[in-house]
Amino acid sequence: MTDSAISIRNVSKQFGDTVVLRDINLEVPKGQVSCLIGPSGSGKSTLLRCMAFLEEANAGTILIEGEPMGFVEGPNGRRRQTAAELRVARSKIGMVFQQFNLWPHMTALGNVSASLRRVRKMPRKEAEDKAMAQLEKVDLAPRAHHYPSQLSGGQQQRVAIARALALDPVIMLFDEPTSALDPELTGEVLNVMRALAEEGMTMVVVTHEIGFAASVGHKVCFLDHGKLLFHDTPQKVFAAPRNPRLEQFLDTYLDRGAFLVQ
Amino acid sequence: MTWHLFQLLLQASLMTIFVSVLSIFAGLALAVVLSALRMSGNRWMAGGAVLFISFFRGVPLLVQLLLIFNLLPVIGITLPSLATAIIGLSLSTAAYQAENLRGGFEGVPIGLIESAEMAGFSRMQTFVYIRTPIALRMTFPALVNEAILILKASSLVSVVGMVELTKMAQNLAASTYQPLPIFASAGLIYLVINLIVAFAARRAEDALPGLPAK
Repeated sequence: MTDSAISIRNVSKQFGDTVVLRDINLEVPKGQVSCLIGPSGSGKSTLLRCMAFLEEANAGTILIEGEPMGFVEGPNGRRRQTAAELRVARSKIGMVFQQFNLWPHMTALGNVSASLRRVRKMPRKEAEDKAMAQLEKVDLAPRAHHYPSQLSGGQQQRVAIARALALDPVIMLFDEPTSALDPELTGEVLNVMRALAEEGMTMVVVTHEIGFAASVGHKVCFLDHGKLLFHDTPQKVFAAPRNPRLEQFLDTYLDRGAFLVQ
Repeated sequence: MTWHLFQLLLQASLMTIFVSVLSIFAGLALAVVLSALRMSGNRWMAGGAVLFISFFRGVPLLVQLLLIFNLLPVIGITLPSLATAIIGLSLSTAAYQAENLRGGFEGVPIGLIESAEMAGFSRMQTFVYIRTPIALRMTFPALVNEAILILKASSLVSVVGMVELTKMAQNLAASTYQPLPIFASAGLIYLVINLIVAFAARRAEDALPGLPAK
């Protein structure tokens, strides 16, 4: 249990009458890449957002390195964490969104250094030096003084990754990081993510990039209609899918010729 | 119409600019606070903001100025005309700007706020560093529009004893019996000031870094 970066226990979530997550149990091991795949509306993004408490689960527990996320158990049942408690819980997590969500009024450097200056209270020079180092890591130091609107989608997403990394998270969550990108820009983002995985970062990635899941993922989780149907190594998931629904899902990728099993 | 008269008008227009600029910026700052209160989710604070906005939008500026001018001494506050004028104009423009800004605040994409939360920003920090600058940019044309309206509405502050461009023109017209060239000159000066404001605003808008994608 202690080697789990994230523990998800009996998590359920509904929006009104629509059940989005049904009794999910999942352990995300430290230092590994777990990929969440599944058809649209299967609940994979919602599950990821629950891990960051951007969505509230209706039931169940989510532990980040053993610490509760979003709710704490008290003598009178569970209660929501206060804003300050939530900030502490979230400080271990870096999040990358499908739409990048860079702040448009700040340069790339400003986006990466803002939280260092405002949250970590670093002096400007120190924050910008650290931010610059992160931008170098994603190969964007020459674009540090560009605004998001002056960057391509792939560049914006790499800035977003640098921004999340600047706060030294121990877990990185990716919510369909390449879905908003032109096909030819996805490669540069996936390469950054691959490099991060090789450094041993714990990552949870919601993705439609089956090829990435197959080659970088240590674990692949298949969700359908809010249920975690299959959770295993990519070899088991892709080479010998024993679940009919999973087979059907993967077939659509084979049909499109979008993925080749190595 | 002599050069000397025109110079007097120009001097008075400095007062117009001074009162207007101070009121525009004070009003904008107050408008940010008003929109924040209105969106606070607290019934009393939101209600107070709505009441304020309704009053200052619903009562003519001229009446507001006369009210403030006559009300303050009653409650024991005596202020110079200049301060009265600036307070009156600021309160009025704040009501309008608050409504302009509200549209901008509500238009800030939720994803930008979520990314701020994930970066550890508190609600206040998100408001100050993320939402406000983006809302100001999104509503910039409307804010400039209101600023131009205030520049022109500043002609009303003569009722509290201020001698600005319009009042100076009235005085000169009365003493020289040349109303036509004097009021024409005053109008021309207003026009030039506002053209400069509009031009500067357009340049500023071009220079402002991009707006969030819709």
